[in-house]
Amino acid sequence: MGQEAVSGQVSYQRRAIGLWMVRLATVGFALLALVQVLYVTELSTFGFPSWLPVFLGFGIWGVFLCWGNILRLGEQGWRALFVLPAILLTVAMVIFPTFFGFYIAFSDWNLSSATGQHFNGLANFYQLLADERFWNALSNMIFYVATVIVQYAIAFGLALLLNSEIRGQKFFRVAFLLPFMLSPVAVSWMIGKSMLEFRFGPITNLLRGLGWENPSLLTTPWLAKSTLAAMDAWVWIPFMMILLLAGLQAMSKEVQEAAKVDGASGWQGFWHVTYPLMLQVSMTTVILRIIFQLKLADIVINTTSGGPGGATDTVSSFIFREYKDRSNVGYGTMVAEVYLVLIIIFVSLLLKLSSKVMQRQGA
Amino acid sequence: MSPNVKKGLIYVALALWTIIALFPIFWTFSTTFKVAKDVQTGQIIPWLQFTPNWLGLRAIGLSPDTIFTDSTPREEFIKRFWNSIQASLGGAGLALVVGSMAAYGLSRFQYKWMIWRNKDISFFFLSQLILPPVVLAMPFLVLYKELNLLDSMFGLILIYALMVLPIVIWIMRDQFDNIPIELEQAALVDGCSSWSAFLKIILPIALPGMVAAFILAVILCWNEYFFAALLTSTHAKTLPVMVASQTGSQGISWWSMAAVSSAAILPLIIIGIFLERFIVKGLTAGAVK
Repeated sequence: MGQEAVSGQVSYQRRAIGLWMVRLATVGFALLALVQVLYVTELSTFGFPSWLPVFLGFGIWGVFLCWGNILRLGEQGWRALFVLPAILLTVAMVIFPTFFGFYIAFSDWNLSSATGQHFNGLANFYQLLADERFWNALSNMIFYVATVIVQYAIAFGLALLLNSEIRGQKFFRVAFLLPFMLSPVAVSWMIGKSMLEFRFGPITNLLRGLGWENPSLLTTPWLAKSTLAAMDAWVWIPFMMILLLAGLQAMSKEVQEAAKVDGASGWQGFWHVTYPLMLQVSMTTVILRIIFQLKLADIVINTTSGGPGGATDTVSSFIFREYKDRSNVGYGTMVAEVYLVLIIIFVSLLLKLSSKVMQRQGA
Repeated sequence: MSPNVKKGLIYVALALWTIIALFPIFWTFSTTFKVAKDVQTGQIIPWLQFTPNWLGLRAIGLSPDTIFTDSTPREEFIKRFWNSIQASLGGAGLALVVGSMAAYGLSRFQYKWMIWRNKDISFFFLSQLILPPVVLAMPFLVLYKELNLLDSMFGLILIYALMVLPIVIWIMRDQFDNIPIELEQAALVDGCSSWSAFLKIILPIALPGMVAAFILAVILCWNEYFFAALLTSTHAKTLPVMVASQTGSQGISWWSMAAVSSAAILPLIIIGIFLERFIVKGLTAGAVK
């Protein structure tokens, strides 16, 4: 179905109407935005009290763009209608705010002060370079990301357990999955504030019963970090387990039988047959998990708010407090954008590394 | 190791992890029915170690003796609960509609827009998975203030839809790729347009996948805290924000905290028990081949 053949069905008139529809809508939207810009910069007296009409104008422009394309291009326009809404929505709500963020990042902007925004160039960036709390949060992130490997090992073990011939597989699967479904905020309270309560929480009681006299889980810095990592693991291990279990179940039974017949012991069979076949799934799982781990915030904010002394801080929770305590949008955004750049570099390297490993494995 | 011992060890390990996974949930539900003394002495088993009490549910106006009377805490609680329902169903619904369309288009047609082709458009959507909420949160504070969308349900639904859109596209793309293209080709020969083929033939087949994507999106939106904490205050505040604000101010009234937390997790536990199949399907779509 060539493009010429399809657009050939559209009459000249319809094409012209479609083209003008797109043009007029674009001009109309540009005018609307211009009016508001002039009003906000106090160059004219006519305008709207908020930017909402411009935002809605963007939506209406999008509708006319799709409609005009259909008139202009026929079937091609109908096809574009499948992806255009998602693209327009993403551009308006993700791409634009991200770039707008750079504009905020180079300014001194305190939302609670009356003076509003004014540029201060790279001042925020220099402040960040000298800010020990940021570097501390970043090094904590390295620790949190490293714990993914431990989570992966446990999740793999659980997936193997669930994949063995057991009764009540369905029950165990549901039970193991449940922690993943729970709200991190509720988990912070359930485990962090209540079960780890120093005087009478069931976990601290258990640890005392085991002979640990002073289980100060959330007040000793390195313990607090490990405890939060454990809570986070409790929530996320099911996610990795489900992916790995699906990988195990997709593996053909013949391969697994072959491993046994060859006289390989359970461990050898796993290490030489199962594990290499699981490499692809493992890579995907760990990379996805690391990407989610880089966003870690809710549990930290609600359990320790980064304490004691920043020991549990993540970059996200650090920025969250920066805004909540000081309404400092400019500096917070600078930290966020720098973090984004670091994440993009890190994840690209990770993806490159994983595809190298996969190539070497010949998979 | 004899097979029986091995089998026994497997069940011991399974039982151990079941306790680890379920005890915090049990603890939360049971603490709802404890009085201060029971909490402080670390009682665990109801009826045996402590006598269940309506204290927790009374604190949010849902105990048998308060449920038919006027109660401010209950109104507050119901409002937050309803907000959470609206935000998660709205956000997930919008993402499902827009995302399924995009996924279908990317799965079936070849697009070319300047130097962009299907692969680039797919990457454009998926790459947003790595965007941490904190990068968007600050600009949204400023933009929503300018747009008059701060503390509004519409604003929250929009941002939730965007948050889950990449995941919905990922899952649905995998679903559509697995449906043979011959199905629509036959319909197109019969004079169907691409849209009616999509709506009448493909969507019904892809329905289980859509349910899976929708449920996963609802879970993520229901649990979302970061944006809700920054962008909402009195009007559009959701349940997780309510839970979080209570931990700060009155950490001692265990029963009411437990009651609110239980309410926040109960809907998801019900979903988890009855719709586990769909959740697993959603999680594994696209990731495991």
